[in-house]
Amino acid sequence: MTKPEAELETSYVKNGSITKRTIIAFVVFVALGAGAWIAYQSILSQPKIAGNTQTPLRKVLQFNEAISVAGFDSNKLAKEYPISAAVKKVRVNGIDGLRSPLDTAAWQLNVVKGTGDTLHLTMDDIRKLPKKDLVFDFKCIEGWNQVTHWAGVPLKTFMEHYGLTSLKQLKYMGLSTPDNKYYVGIDMPSVLHPQTILCYEMNGKPLPLNQGYPLRLIIPVKYGIKHLKRIGTMYFSNEKPPDFWAERGYDYFAGH
Amino acid sequence: MKKVVHKHPLAIRWFHWLNFPILAMMIWSGLLIYWAYGVYDISVANTVLVKFFPKSFYTALNVPYRLAEGMNWHFAFMWLFAINGLLYTLFLAFSGQWKHLLPNKQSFKEAWQVLLHDLHIRKYHPPQIKYNGAQRIAYTMVLVMGIGSLITGIAIYRPVQFGFLRWLCGGYAAARTEHFILTVGFVLFFLVHVLQVTKAGWNNFQSIITGFEVFKVSKKSVNNDKA
Repeated sequence: MTKPEAELETSYVKNGSITKRTIIAFVVFVALGAGAWIAYQSILSQPKIAGNTQTPLRKVLQFNEAISVAGFDSNKLAKEYPISAAVKKVRVNGIDGLRSPLDTAAWQLNVVKGTGDTLHLTMDDIRKLPKKDLVFDFKCIEGWNQVTHWAGVPLKTFMEHYGLTSLKQLKYMGLSTPDNKYYVGIDMPSVLHPQTILCYEMNGKPLPLNQGYPLRLIIPVKYGIKHLKRIGTMYFSNEKPPDFWAERGYDYFAGH
Repeated sequence: MKKVVHKHPLAIRWFHWLNFPILAMMIWSGLLIYWAYGVYDISVANTVLVKFFPKSFYTALNVPYRLAEGMNWHFAFMWLFAINGLLYTLFLAFSGQWKHLLPNKQSFKEAWQVLLHDLHIRKYHPPQIKYNGAQRIAYTMVLVMGIGSLITGIAIYRPVQFGFLRWLCGGYAAARTEHFILTVGFVLFFLVHVLQVTKAGWNNFQSIITGFEVFKVSKKSVNNDKA
């Protein structure tokens, strides 16, 4: 047995002083509790102007994002699985930006390099680049996850091939669907992560329409909300590009 | 004249009462998040015994469609939860208060005696200085659970950057399940804790606010309180 527990400190005091100390302690306790409640209510009562969120909460999210971007290690990879581990029935969780009819023949990827300087690429241009297969655990912000199999060109390779290297200096990439009804913004470290791909295949076949045919983003370091389907336009900016779900109260970073 | 026994140092009272609303907010916002993929239940042979949670439960508490709000509060209060817990742990370690808290060799036997006593099976209650064996085990366990919530929480929050923690938890989905089970554990702890504090009476309860318990001077020995 180790040393016995020490006795608690004891003192002898007058009745009056005990009452006084007890009252003070309770007054402080109740005052602090009321203060905390008022602080909570004052946050709740603020208008949701910062991306459908109260400003103090949005500021904390931005603080978390700053830490996450600063500490981002692109050598850390999402776990990859053998192709046999991938599910056959891939969940479809949203069709925002996919409701407009798609003119398959006319589709092209618009890459905005600068003012009045836009690349127009076809799927053939993109398929010429080295293809990477990726089987990873896809994570939805709702909480579910699914091991799924995708293939496409790593975004970093794509950018280097099409002379977008200088744009890596900017802080964000923006993507939007051809109808501009779904759009995301992604921090550059996540864009350049080696597992981020411009994806055109799922389970070894061209993407189905509801999975973003002909081209979508697969970015394992982000929640599904950032994996934009049916990419229409790609652009780069130091300002945060508008983000569909961030405007609806979600964290802008939404990363892993 | 009264005898005053100094039970809870000021720091511990702060940690305790800060943790209460912080943990409450973590559990509440966690529920808002969990709703979006609320798939857990306890089943035996394909029969669902407990469903987490029935629709009526969500409706009654106005939980549905508040995922973003839940995440935002959760990822703000996670800092407070972690910092308060870390400071509490450091305080325990450096103040020597851990000697009152951590279970020792007798604690398990004592805890059994306390259990029999509290279930009105035996009259005997083991003597104690600050905490009895059952309390030592419970309060240490809840600290370990807090560390567990932190680890499983980080594994869910940043499963790639903290890939080691994700691995340690047995994967992403496992981490989410563990995080949930720990939360249920906190709720059960809370219920038992409140019941026991209620049973132990005012002198014990007020000591977590004032820091001391008060006894009539005529009493020679320290009372065996049972909170």
